[in-house]
Amino acid sequence: MSAPEPTTHGYTPGLRITDRALIRRLRRLPLPGTIHVKVGDELRAEDLVGSTQLPGNVVNVNVAHELSITPEDVGHFLLVKEGDRVELRQVIAESKTFWGLFHSIARAPIAGTVETISDVTGQILVRGEPIQVQIDAYVDGTVVEVFGNEAVMVESRGALAQGILGVGGEAHGALRVLCDRPEQSCSAELIPEDCAGCILVGGGRVTLDALHLAREMGAAAVVTGAIDGADLDTFIGRPLGVAITGQEDLGLSLVLTEGFGDTPMRRRTFELLAERAGRRASVNGATQIRAGVIRPEVVVPEPGATWQARDEAEVRGLAAGSPVRLTRHPLFGELARIVELPEELTEIETEAEVRVACVRLDSTGEVVTVPRANMEIIEE
Amino acid sequence: MPPSEHQERDLELRSILATDCGSTTTKAILIELVDREYRLRVRGEAPTTVEAPFEDVTVGVLNAVREVEELSGRTLIRDGAIIRPQSGDVGVDAYVSTSSAGGGLQVMVVGLVRSMTAESAERAALGAGAIVMDVLALDDGRRDYERIERMRELRPDMILISGGTDGGEVRRVVEMAELVAAANPQARLGASYELPVIFAGNSAARELVTGALERATQLTVVDNLRPSMEEENLGPARGEIQELFLQHVMAQAPGYSKLIDWTDADIMPTPAAVGTLIEAVAAREGINVVGVDIGGATTDVFSVFDGTFNRTVSANLGMSYSISNVLAESGIANILRWVAAHPNPNDLSNDIRNKMVRPTTIPQQMLGLMVEQAVAREALRLAFAQHKMLASELKGVQRQRDISDAFGAGGAETLVNMMRLDLIVGSGGVLSHAPRRSQAALMMIDAFEPRGVTRLAVDSIFMMPQLGVLSTISDTAATQVFYRDCLVPLGSCIAPVGSGRAGNRCMTITLRGPGERSEVAVAVGEMKLIELPADERVEVTIEPARGFDVGEGRGRPVEATIAGGTVGLILDGRGRPLRLPGDDAQRIHAIRSWERALGVYPDSVLTQRLDEEAAGL
Repeated sequence: MSAPEPTTHGYTPGLRITDRALIRRLRRLPLPGTIHVKVGDELRAEDLVGSTQLPGNVVNVNVAHELSITPEDVGHFLLVKEGDRVELRQVIAESKTFWGLFHSIARAPIAGTVETISDVTGQILVRGEPIQVQIDAYVDGTVVEVFGNEAVMVESRGALAQGILGVGGEAHGALRVLCDRPEQSCSAELIPEDCAGCILVGGGRVTLDALHLAREMGAAAVVTGAIDGADLDTFIGRPLGVAITGQEDLGLSLVLTEGFGDTPMRRRTFELLAERAGRRASVNGATQIRAGVIRPEVVVPEPGATWQARDEAEVRGLAAGSPVRLTRHPLFGELARIVELPEELTEIETEAEVRVACVRLDSTGEVVTVPRANMEIIEE
Repeated sequence: MPPSEHQERDLELRSILATDCGSTTTKAILIELVDREYRLRVRGEAPTTVEAPFEDVTVGVLNAVREVEELSGRTLIRDGAIIRPQSGDVGVDAYVSTSSAGGGLQVMVVGLVRSMTAESAERAALGAGAIVMDVLALDDGRRDYERIERMRELRPDMILISGGTDGGEVRRVVEMAELVAAANPQARLGASYELPVIFAGNSAARELVTGALERATQLTVVDNLRPSMEEENLGPARGEIQELFLQHVMAQAPGYSKLIDWTDADIMPTPAAVGTLIEAVAAREGINVVGVDIGGATTDVFSVFDGTFNRTVSANLGMSYSISNVLAESGIANILRWVAAHPNPNDLSNDIRNKMVRPTTIPQQMLGLMVEQAVAREALRLAFAQHKMLASELKGVQRQRDISDAFGAGGAETLVNMMRLDLIVGSGGVLSHAPRRSQAALMMIDAFEPRGVTRLAVDSIFMMPQLGVLSTISDTAATQVFYRDCLVPLGSCIAPVGSGRAGNRCMTITLRGPGERSEVAVAVGEMKLIELPADERVEVTIEPARGFDVGEGRGRPVEATIAGGTVGLILDGRGRPLRLPGDDAQRIHAIRSWERALGVYPDSVLTQRLDEEAAGL
């Protein structure tokens, strides 16, 4: 009765949580512009590294319509030509008929430059002022490479904790730990009044009140285990349908290390951040759970460090003895070690025949059978 | 049946390798000619490698093919390339591929009137296998600068401009072209090449549109896709989109120039290949078909009614990456109505969201499976509703109105006529890999609500894309593998339209086999299953009760030949449109009775475990 399973499975590579990471972040301008730093420069996260100007927005004026003339006649009444600079509300076309008794004008809707004039449609396109774009270093670190007038690579050594989902963009500030233990909910009572500019580290579920208060107090970001889905929707002002985030303008970035519900932050992440309380850190809530996955992150640079970074976790196969974390109800969050990896497909409770692993739970010592798809490898 | 001359020529291919480069995995199948029949030999899979650190699609292709090598024991790769032609037991005679890697083919559509030329252009782009990123039209409610911003922000692979029937509006068409030029949109892939733009609008506007666009874009002009209000001509635009996909988009994607050299047929966008196959099935059997592919991020729906093909893609309805969007669009109550238990709605919402952030996990307990299958019903229902709206008669056509139009919603009729639908083919993990085939059958029946007599099938391991592109070089191989190894017939569903009092007679079925005759009565609100193996057919007379219709009008009997399948003949007395009991206890009782009748879940689970699990979900 059971249907065939795919012949291979993808595993969720564990989120990277390490005290010694070599962090390289490419800081790229959307268009070529000016790079303000050079290789070897020591930077702080807020330092400007590049700037450019994006072409301004284009707004059209239908001159033929405004002057009640045919598009072919527009040329006779224009006061500007392509490439001319115009100011806001400047008269750009004018018609007078019946010895000046009737008078119609068309004005520039924005300040900018006349881009095109069409004698087919009678419309003029005016391009607005260029839009300034600046990018900062994002993390405290050193410029190790400059890519022409477009990008720089900033390198830093330090601790790195990836989250499972974030919202809001980049932020930086001092780490401030609010919870005593990773299970503790992050409620409004824990938000201090003097947390402006800080990255607040919670434990378990963060409440909506706590997020609102943190934003009100001027905190830069909140990093915690989980949130109730409805609270997140309220916080961001829309239902989060797909996990592609980072562009929200929330005034506070949020990094969830575990997901939704009442889940404590994994102990390893909590301890890593707690040990670094008071240090400068950078946070990026941007997440993309699609092909080319991007996870949110907390980076805590260690200025002057020269140690060898730990190797980045490889997407490696599971083996007996591998430490894993279980990622699906009813054992969600349990840590375990692989005992056996049966080769053959095994029927689980749902009657699906899947690849499984027998794992020993750290909490009870019990050996249970779990689909391999429902575990992530932990770096040791 | 002896093979035709055309088939004989097809039989020259002794072995074929086909891959589908998806956004997350690359799937390879090996087909071999054995005793003058093409059969699937093995299937391999590996992660797609379009993105860093590999940035070469052929790495993933070779990894998937290597798995095929290991499973088949046949050498297929030498010096980092696929060996062709076959020599002895080494290599294959042909290699073909589809691709949706890197987000597939992303097209932006520009037209004049949203429900007319712009909608025709959208249909053309979708039919070519594209994801339509946005549709800009004069009546889309946006101001010009917003349209320009949108074009700049989206970075499509190409833009399709329609507008104006031949000899009709020119000035507004040129206005839209000028906006495209002003936006100066950049292509998604390859910073240095000009964005391909296709103009398929009013032929009288060609010269002016060319003047507006030729400096800023790579412009191609094809026949008007809406030459008159009464006529749609999507073929030239569809063909050009696919041509440009191959020549420009694919050529810019990492590793594709190598892949193009390897293949013996043009690489097709994955959905276009599936559409090709579904059109071929409909044409071969002379039937009306609906196909659905429900993936992690998107749901594609295809239909062929009376030879007219339509495809839609619901970009954010899927079972993993987009599962939270299904929750957002349908609401938790609509998902929960399909579950015969009382899970806590808030916990359930969080559980669904956790699947979004860990998309590769699978349900470990029966309630988890039921919830995912409930989400699938809603995703399919929503995607199908979108499809029915787009797969419609042409809007803008002047029609004789009668009294029913005057009282109806007006607008164009959908082409999707469920009473005239012959076959539903389901594909995608939640359908193809459902632990019991009856689960797939019931999901499709609940979501699509077929009417009258309808065959149901699933794609066993989702190889319709590979078979679609294969059909361009060997129709025989594609057809043989499709029917023998790909399509799993689930059986047929008989579902009368109408409503009545629960427990009253809904229909009576008389089945006639060789030397056999039996009669089955189905009550309103009841489902029954009659075992009928895949290789069997049975003649039936369906006598609907007064107030119910199975195709010939209310209360009128229908004679039909019913095809069997792994599930059998499903008799659905729940009526159409399908309405679940409003009372919670009655709803749960009803759902459990239907699931029990079809053997959807183990009896023990239905009666005992659910509430326990719900308490601790």
